[in-house]
Amino acid sequence: MRWHQATLLVASGCAMVEAQANLLEVEGARVRFRTLGFLRALIAGAKDPYIDAVLDVSFAVRAGETFGLVGESGSGKTTLVRAVLGLVDLWSGRIRFDGSEIVDRSDAAFKPIRRQISLMFQDPQASLSPRKTVRSSITEPFIIHNMADRDLEAEARELLGMVGLPVGLLDNYPHQLSGGQARRVGVARALALRPKLIIADEPTAGLDVSVQGEVLNLMNELQGRLGLSYVIVTHNLPVIRHVSDRLAIMYLGRFVEEGPTAAIFARPLHPYTLGLLGAVPQPDPDKRREEPGLMGEVPSLNNRPRGCEFHARCLYVQERCRVDAPVLTEVAPGRRAACHFPLAGS
Amino acid sequence: MAVIAAAGKIEIGPRGAGAWRRLLSDPLGAFGLALVLLVVAIAIFADLLAQYSPTQLDIRNRFSGPNAAHWLGSDHLGRDTFSRVVYGGRIALWVSLIAVSLSLSIGLVLGMLAGYGPRWLDNTLMLVFDAVRSFPTIMFALAVVTILGPSLNTVIFIVVVTTIPVYGRIVRTQTLSLRTHEFILAERALGAGPFRVLLHHVLPNVIGPALILASMEIPVVITIEAGLSFLGVGVRPPTPSWGSILNDGYAFINDTPWLIIAGGAPVVITTLGFTFLGEALRDIFDPRLRRE
Amino acid sequence: MAAPILDIRNLSISFATPRGSVDALRNVSLTVPPDRIVGIVGESGCGKTTLISAVMHLLAHNAIVRAGTIQFEGTDVLTMTEDRLRDLRGRRMAMVFQDPMTSLNPVVSIATQMIDIQYRDAGSTQDKLQRAVAMLRKVGIPDPEQRIQGYPHQFSGGMRQRISIAMALLMNPALLIADEPTTALDVTMEAQIIHLLRQLRREFKGSILFVSHNLGLIAELCDEVVVMYAGEVVEQGEVRELFHHARHPYTRLLLECDPARIAATTRRLPTIEGSLPDLANLPGGCIFAPRCPQAYGPCASEAPGTYAVASGHTARCFRVRDG
Repeated sequence: MRWHQATLLVASGCAMVEAQANLLEVEGARVRFRTLGFLRALIAGAKDPYIDAVLDVSFAVRAGETFGLVGESGSGKTTLVRAVLGLVDLWSGRIRFDGSEIVDRSDAAFKPIRRQISLMFQDPQASLSPRKTVRSSITEPFIIHNMADRDLEAEARELLGMVGLPVGLLDNYPHQLSGGQARRVGVARALALRPKLIIADEPTAGLDVSVQGEVLNLMNELQGRLGLSYVIVTHNLPVIRHVSDRLAIMYLGRFVEEGPTAAIFARPLHPYTLGLLGAVPQPDPDKRREEPGLMGEVPSLNNRPRGCEFHARCLYVQERCRVDAPVLTEVAPGRRAACHFPLAGS
Repeated sequence: MAVIAAAGKIEIGPRGAGAWRRLLSDPLGAFGLALVLLVVAIAIFADLLAQYSPTQLDIRNRFSGPNAAHWLGSDHLGRDTFSRVVYGGRIALWVSLIAVSLSLSIGLVLGMLAGYGPRWLDNTLMLVFDAVRSFPTIMFALAVVTILGPSLNTVIFIVVVTTIPVYGRIVRTQTLSLRTHEFILAERALGAGPFRVLLHHVLPNVIGPALILASMEIPVVITIEAGLSFLGVGVRPPTPSWGSILNDGYAFINDTPWLIIAGGAPVVITTLGFTFLGEALRDIFDPRLRRE
Repeated sequence: MAAPILDIRNLSISFATPRGSVDALRNVSLTVPPDRIVGIVGESGCGKTTLISAVMHLLAHNAIVRAGTIQFEGTDVLTMTEDRLRDLRGRRMAMVFQDPMTSLNPVVSIATQMIDIQYRDAGSTQDKLQRAVAMLRKVGIPDPEQRIQGYPHQFSGGMRQRISIAMALLMNPALLIADEPTTALDVTMEAQIIHLLRQLRREFKGSILFVSHNLGLIAELCDEVVVMYAGEVVEQGEVRELFHHARHPYTRLLLECDPARIAATTRRLPTIEGSLPDLANLPGGCIFAPRCPQAYGPCASEAPGTYAVASGHTARCFRVRDG
């Protein structure tokens, strides 16, 4: 209790300074999933039948910026953003949005946040209800949030206009849309309630290189026009380099590095970041790599390595890394890394 | 990427005109539809078709064969068999309609709750469903009749209780697979509560298979009703029922064969009609179940 | 020059659909010389999947081969008997698919699957198992003696793809067809698989036909590149030549669109205006003309031929012919 009050005091002190800047603040987020049912765990004698999908993650998204969240599959990036919206349960940690904290974790407590933060899905075709028309899909947010008294037809037309789709599509069903059209409908739906923040989960996955620019340019244009903030979750490093202001790299559910995108791409601090950047194939036959880069695989969440969780794959591993887990600390102004021997220093 | 897209796809069956065309072009389906329409029409227009009241006695004309006055002859009390068959159809359809729609609606609700709700609710409901299904239907029916006494309502009650798990299970399975689909997550991300998700997004996707199942369940209910009435624990006499006509025919088989034919034929025709129709509908709306 | 392993000449394939005939491939010619890695690059709808199904002769039932030949080691695949084809597949040509989870049988152990595909060979089961273990070791499966008894779901995605590669190479095929083999993998796994393919090719005699939409992978791995658009080969050439001196406007735009090739960061990414033509209802003239920023006089009315840019480098564009 005393601890709680103390942190509140500190937090409110910080809030005085940063309230204007930070739109979303996540502090110490942890998400655990049960691996065994209650009875089975009891029978198997498992003391801790959980895995940590997200562990000890703190970050802030500033108003008007684009924050990139990068990691390989299983790194917890999607789970993290779903936890922000209360779609998966947060085990511990705090979420503040626009200055107010989400106190309890009921659907009711999250409802206002779900009005201000929209989620854009990886597969827009699958994220639209298959038996609902485009009109009904993009006006549904108003009905859910008790704003059905508006002129929904006008709203629907305006939204389609904003994403550059013809009004004729309003009566189409999702399976009648092309991939690009479905993605634009997804954007329109995300925009419906005029949110402050849009979380986009792999916005370019499955798109050809000649059309992924269309979606990203549209998102960029809308950001300028409406003052939106974005969190973009992706594994596509070449894309995130162009479209994000700041970046966090996740590994086994933790942030291993965070900082301004340009700085990270210019000089990564964490060996994992370096390996990740080096693994991206260069579309230039003169720049072939003779070395495969990062060896090995991402370890299982069931069996987290001791010490630094990256040490088994790290090219710069030292004795300390095998026993002592590093914490995410500020290495350079605005740049954090979880490494005992950050690369820029050596 | 194609893989991701394919995995997330939900089969969308044909709608409206397309479904009708395909139903009519399937010979068995069209035949089934014709039989069903015939039976339904006879039940609806029973008052116009029957020249006698189904309970009107005429002791002097017992066991008459088919003639101009009695198209299907008369029974041991001189009642007009044709009128009794026509009104019996009304009873059979009424019972099956009420029973099937009741068990379908309850099964839908329970199935969706089991599939979408918390784990403990799912486990509890599944336990109850399994328990109900593990009783032999006829034993269960006889026990219930002994307690509640034979009546139309008892028949409906028995059918509803024993068939709820059939719908509940299929709806639960569908709901379980739907809840992991992204569009459900998208609805929740928009702030939609569980009831909105179930009503607007799960129900439209699970009702199709459940309705097909229901149309194939109707003949089963008709035979259960006829069977219980035949055993004398169903519809109370003198209310006409195909089962009790059959029972009379069985008792007086030495006096006339017409009762057996008049009671049995409609059961066969109705069962065949609904079964053909149900199978054709299933093939049209759920192509995955088609045998090719 | 040695006789090519695979020689496709003027191949045209259509699909009969309810909407009419869809001309999926038109006049496609390409060769795979021995010991070379040839990359086919193109976006969705370019016909690369149809092309490799035709090479394996695994086309859908509604496909009609309108014209052309596919010579594999000197005989035409399209006129071969089904028996000869079966003998060819797996033995002389093998395939690695996009998703190893669906291309491996989930309920049969890796050992059984790898022994089964050697059914044409004489030799004891023990010998076959030893060969399989040796092959798994070559593709980098740690502890292959034990792991070979496992089932596909017990391996990670990257390991499964390594196993598919091992199975494909087990019979020492002359041609390995790899259809987007790293699309389902993470970027660090992808780099490892590409590295593995490059390593293996030094050890195994054989050519690879590598299909991808990822220009980076093509540049990284291939010796020659074939660029496809809407069912046609628009440009082909040696990899350096093609990446540095692309002549077809589509190839150039494709290279420009790749965010990995844009040095200075930008929020406004380039795109290719317009959309793919309707293959059921093709316009006359050059297939790319409606989207081409450099289209001029003949492009809208006349179909361009294939013109030489440099030695071994051709492009289907009037700009090349007219200089």
